[in-house]
Amino acid sequence: MQRNLLRNWSLFLGAAVLTLPLTSWAQLTHFDIDSRMNAESHIGNITGHAKDAKGDYRRYCVVCHGELGDGNGESFPWVDPKPRNFQLGVFKCRSTPTGTLPTDEDLFDTIARGLDRSNMPQWSTFTKQQRADLVAWVKHFSPRWTNEKPGAPITIPPEPEVTPERIKAGREVYARVQCWKCHGVLGQADGPSAATLTDDLGRPIAPYNFHEGARPKCGDTDKDIYRIFMTGLDGTPMPSFADNIKPDEAWDLVFYLRTLMSQKSKEKAMARQLGLKPVDPNAPAGQQ
Amino acid sequence: MHVSTRSRMRKAFCVAPSLFSLAAILFSLVLGCSQPAKALPAFARKYGLRCSACHESWPMLNYFGQKFKDNGYQLMNDRDAPIWQNPGYWPVTFRITPIWHRVSTGRNLVDTYSSVGGVSTITGAAIQRITKSGFDLSGLDFHTGGTLEKNFSFYVLPSSDNTASFHFETVMARLDNLFGSPWLNVKLGKFELDNLLSEKRILTLTGNGGIYQLYHFIPQGDGNIYGQMGDNQLGLEVMGHSWDDRTRYSASLLSSNNGQPGLMQGNAYTGFFAASQAFDTGKAGVQRVGFYAMVGEAPTAFLTSGGASSYIAGSGFGNKSFHREGFVGQFYLGQHVDFQVVTQHGWDNAWFGQGYGDLIDGSAANNNTAGTTLPVGARAPTWNGVLVEPHYVYSPQLIFIGRFETIRMSQQANGPASANPSASNFGNISTYTVGYRYNPFMTSRAGFAWHNEYNWLHQDGTGPTLGLNSTNVNTSELLLGFDFDF
Repeated sequence: MQRNLLRNWSLFLGAAVLTLPLTSWAQLTHFDIDSRMNAESHIGNITGHAKDAKGDYRRYCVVCHGELGDGNGESFPWVDPKPRNFQLGVFKCRSTPTGTLPTDEDLFDTIARGLDRSNMPQWSTFTKQQRADLVAWVKHFSPRWTNEKPGAPITIPPEPEVTPERIKAGREVYARVQCWKCHGVLGQADGPSAATLTDDLGRPIAPYNFHEGARPKCGDTDKDIYRIFMTGLDGTPMPSFADNIKPDEAWDLVFYLRTLMSQKSKEKAMARQLGLKPVDPNAPAGQQ
Repeated sequence: MHVSTRSRMRKAFCVAPSLFSLAAILFSLVLGCSQPAKALPAFARKYGLRCSACHESWPMLNYFGQKFKDNGYQLMNDRDAPIWQNPGYWPVTFRITPIWHRVSTGRNLVDTYSSVGGVSTITGAAIQRITKSGFDLSGLDFHTGGTLEKNFSFYVLPSSDNTASFHFETVMARLDNLFGSPWLNVKLGKFELDNLLSEKRILTLTGNGGIYQLYHFIPQGDGNIYGQMGDNQLGLEVMGHSWDDRTRYSASLLSSNNGQPGLMQGNAYTGFFAASQAFDTGKAGVQRVGFYAMVGEAPTAFLTSGGASSYIAGSGFGNKSFHREGFVGQFYLGQHVDFQVVTQHGWDNAWFGQGYGDLIDGSAANNNTAGTTLPVGARAPTWNGVLVEPHYVYSPQLIFIGRFETIRMSQQANGPASANPSASNFGNISTYTVGYRYNPFMTSRAGFAWHNEYNWLHQDGTGPTLGLNSTNVNTSELLLGFDFDF
């Protein structure tokens, strides 16, 4: 009987040991993430605490971003673009140079602004404290914030007066840095490379369609648009052009992009007066 | 004895691992079956959000849900237009609740019998409490709503009572964000008034506790049924709000017919106005305070044909006025506790106080035709009330609800100079409700809540007297049910 007893216990313990690895990955990830539960964010004079955002995250965010912040929530199969994987610590909308972490304010603004052309709504109903707590919560998913500091926000020079010459110069920039290859000559997201684009995780991704009327993902002011092509959208094929475009040229490009957008603007009116034609991909450099 | 004990111990040791394993398996199953809250059917299927994103506890809206509603059931992104949905998507949800219900009503006048010559004969009357209980059903609601196109929204709600007799509870179309501004939205049809504490999204289900008494209060004997803020009304609403919904206003022009279609009354209209402002209070959350006012008039006389009681529908005249106004507060103490508060001051013209007005249900006993005068001592009925509803939200899946309401007459229709003056507390109401709703699961396809609720209501002086001193009526209700939607 004693041998039977011993055998039963051994079987039980053996089964327990064999079962352990099945749950270990999720558990280890949990432990790893939980160890960063003291993450904080600093927005002005507000300090956000990750632990205070747990309830809001579960109520509002977990359906897409998942319990572990890996973007694998229950809506993952149904939404496109796919939810952000916070564990990677890579973000599109930043004020910081490409490859660097965003500032707390960048994440804070993204939560309130939402991301057009995605399932991320505008969470503008939160209090500032709630948003700051959620920023800290987002940060606690990735070890990058433990090991790195956010990049320094890029400097944006004052916006110059828009002129027809600047719009024409912006058109030259659009042709020179080959924006048209993805965004198309009319900005309708139908460039020759558009259909082949994938994000860093290998998932198909469409370029921004200027013509369609949707708000640019990272904000729709001129400064926001300037920032997009000087910082790039990390994790997507949209690179940073900080090394290819001078600040003055970047403003020219902003003005030209306004002419491609469906919304009314003074740039669009000027382009109409100029009789501005789409860029010619076959034209020699500087002869658009 | 010793051997026997050892044998039992061995057996116990042998059985222990099995029991432990069984317990572990059961525990795992319980954990596995306890699913997190997911999305509400009609809109969640469209946007891929959990129901908890918009509802404090379904169906009560939270701040984000209120903003979604104020935007015309839109998240204000490019996914709002139905062109983004699968062609097979139809935004429809039905809701019904099978229940067990116990209702106990005090001070009912009942006949008494006695045997006279072997025959049972009515010999008098007595006051008696009547208690009834049993299994029952709620009515059935078919909710369908959403957008027809970006910034064109709609809501249609055919609703039945528990005998499947249907009516249109809501039918409206709305032009959203006119001129690109959230400050201008226009709604036309039959819709819920812009009550921040929405009765249509009430968390309680009993007969007395499933409504806000304050939204339906009519003084005893009063004929004005048109001031019921809790009933959906026919009309046109202009509303607007700030980008983050912190500031809201609405103004509605309504037909004074209590939402009954068919032009049954006369050419009388009512206005409903509401405005509120929310404040960011850090970790406590967003607090909102506002006011509302309902000001209108309704007919007290109708043309007749073939006799004094043969009213001609739609021929109302002799319009008299009424108004209700009050404050609303939504106060949050962190993520788990909140208080909803509504106050009301109500006033009806003295004609209503004498029972003139209501024609819709055919029970209008009085008709203010030429030559009619008010009786001596008739006054405008006036009252004040307050409603406090605290919630403890343990999680989006479990909420505990409480409510206290009291309404006090400050001026009776039949004053001291009247031939039959009313007691100062005649018709006063006090009621409280407690309950909880537990959602063991919620999927993007369906919702299910185990609902348990108790309500107690006290009204002064409305019971039969029969020579007794007290005519106050106490009613209690207990309800258990499965509240589900798909």
